[in-house]
Amino acid sequence: MFVVHYRNIFLGIGALLLAAAIGAILFFGLRFSIDFTGGTLLEISYTQERPTQDVISSKVENLAVGSYSVRAAGEEGYIIRTRDLNQDELDALTALLSIEENAVSVDRVTTIGPSLGGELGRKALFALAALSVVIVLYVAYVFRRVSKPVPSIYYGFIVVLALLHDIIIPTGFFAIMGYYFGAEIDALFVVALLAILGYSVNDTIVVFDRIRENIAANIERNVKESFEITVGKSLQQTYMRSINTSVTTALALLALFFLGAGVTENFALTLLVGVVAGTYSSIFLAAPLLVSLQKKIYKKG
Amino acid sequence: MITRILAAVVLALGISLSAFVFISEKNGGPFPLSFGLDLAGGTHLIYKADTSELSEFERKESLISLREVIERRTNLFGVAEPLVQVEESSFVAETREDRLIVELPGVTNLSEAVRIIGETPLLDFRIENPDAAFDAVEEDRYMSVGLTGRFINSAELTFASGGGGISNDPIVLVNFNNEGADLFEEITRDNVGKQLAIFLDGAVISAPVVREAIAGGTAQISGGFTPEEARDLVRDLNFGALPVPIELISTQSIGPSLGKAILQDGAIAGAFGLMLIMIFMIIWYRLPGVIASVALLFYIALMLLVMKLVPVTLTAAGIAGLILSFGMAVDANVLIFERMKEELKAGKGVRDAVREGFARAWLPIRDGNISSLIAAIILFWFGTSIIEGFALVFALGVLLSMFSAITVTRLVLLAIAPKEAGKVSRALFGSGIKL
Repeated sequence: MFVVHYRNIFLGIGALLLAAAIGAILFFGLRFSIDFTGGTLLEISYTQERPTQDVISSKVENLAVGSYSVRAAGEEGYIIRTRDLNQDELDALTALLSIEENAVSVDRVTTIGPSLGGELGRKALFALAALSVVIVLYVAYVFRRVSKPVPSIYYGFIVVLALLHDIIIPTGFFAIMGYYFGAEIDALFVVALLAILGYSVNDTIVVFDRIRENIAANIERNVKESFEITVGKSLQQTYMRSINTSVTTALALLALFFLGAGVTENFALTLLVGVVAGTYSSIFLAAPLLVSLQKKIYKKG
Repeated sequence: MITRILAAVVLALGISLSAFVFISEKNGGPFPLSFGLDLAGGTHLIYKADTSELSEFERKESLISLREVIERRTNLFGVAEPLVQVEESSFVAETREDRLIVELPGVTNLSEAVRIIGETPLLDFRIENPDAAFDAVEEDRYMSVGLTGRFINSAELTFASGGGGISNDPIVLVNFNNEGADLFEEITRDNVGKQLAIFLDGAVISAPVVREAIAGGTAQISGGFTPEEARDLVRDLNFGALPVPIELISTQSIGPSLGKAILQDGAIAGAFGLMLIMIFMIIWYRLPGVIASVALLFYIALMLLVMKLVPVTLTAAGIAGLILSFGMAVDANVLIFERMKEELKAGKGVRDAVREGFARAWLPIRDGNISSLIAAIILFWFGTSIIEGFALVFALGVLLSMFSAITVTRLVLLAIAPKEAGKVSRALFGSGIKL
């Protein structure tokens, strides 16, 4: 199949995208939400027309609690972010924000202490690492009977390479989103990454499963066929399914992104990017990498 | 024939499931969906409980009583279905920390909520430190002896009769439990002639000199407070002397209006997503696509039913997970149909192709879904309560969609598949848009 034949082109595109994502992360940096840094997030709305952003900013400025940010939320409200405020400071801020005859209502207020934020950060890294390790082992186990021409543990490693790709691409995307639109990395972003991992492995396993099945069938029928051709055939047989499942998943996510609640907008977007990246990696990266690896082993041996 | 009857039964079951889910969600129906704080509105508080100075056994005991005390407090103020739980920080935290989590549905006034929980006094008995410098601050002049509010059974208010028969100074009598009584006797016996200070919230309220060992488990506190203060202290001690100090480390309060909007938007997004998926499946897979759509509807009804019965608390992240699962739920069907198509191309009859398609697709479906479940388990560990909602929905979705996509689709497909494949049925069961 052409994907296997021209695999270096597709691997190259993957590497290029990956490099771009890493570049974006290094260049723009990531903006972390109070989930990770600690702080207070106040979402308010007004009963009548909301005051301008400058008015709100100057009111927060008056409280003198250090750096802060104000951004518009929906049609009627604002979201204010500050360092973590105690109850008295919060009450003072709320009092400052209300304007006569245009009462302010606090729709949501979240305060997270710095220690809790730090813990979530470590938890996120640990969860991602743990999931990757468990997945390598699981994939190596599932394909344990496949040892020729590529040992089963390599299937596991390739899956993890694909997973790294699937995580780094949405993160890079978010670095750009953060730089231009102020999007922040929050707990839900990590949830999205973990869900992407689950989705993408599922996708890759289906392709690998077909390779396994074809190898077994070849052995049974005593057909000699190069690994390259077996992989190509397997991809041919599974790529339609990969794409169609991505399409249905993407349709659900598009609906969630455009019509769903604001709180899950970025979540849907992260998943959308991840699903596309995951589909690309299972068709254009994982299986071709398997062929490249087999060639390497074959040369050595 | 039997497959046809079974298929009809399953479809009837699906319809009655949906009917039940729909009707039970009407006002006052049984098993209503339960909504998380972020949808229903309410307050979520996380406290750090300082147990650093306790032994392992004491730590467990005091955390249990801390939970009880806080629960009493939340009940006292008439909050509907409060949730109070004790939790240890995860092992990746910098230091081990005990936490108290309080959820107050319906309470959207944060300062009120903090007041309900927070204003509990911390009582602590400390003995004079003979080594302390003469001019040391109060904190350093006394040593903790491990006798705290957690040993208190009850408190009562009496008045000392002063000179001239006029009762003036209020006295608070503290009755210890058995353990506390023993400890109190031991402390007083060992420290005759020394000052035993009584600290309330870290400040000395009185520091009488111990004259003799006191048996019986009752201590007197007369700190020169007003009768009002004494009465408040007694009430607070009875309703909740905190066994260990707590400190607020995270608060979240969500108004009800926001949640309603999230729910509404979620319903619209879900309905649209569902429609798009069904249209795609029917265009691409034709008749099997129609059946996959039926299986998808069956899945959604089943999912809602399980969420109602368990019950699984629905959060904003959970709604997102549910909508995401619509897209992933048809995956098993996509796998099966692609396989069926291959078998049809290889010249098999429709019914054989259906059988073969299911049999061969099972392995990748199983292996793939296990990996999704592993992800869900780790998600569950990662999550705070709001994220756990997503992990649960995600895991449930994987399991239930596997069931519905396989059983329902298989039964119905076999029921309508003709034995021999004519031109028409091949077209109906074929798939794809000719490119």
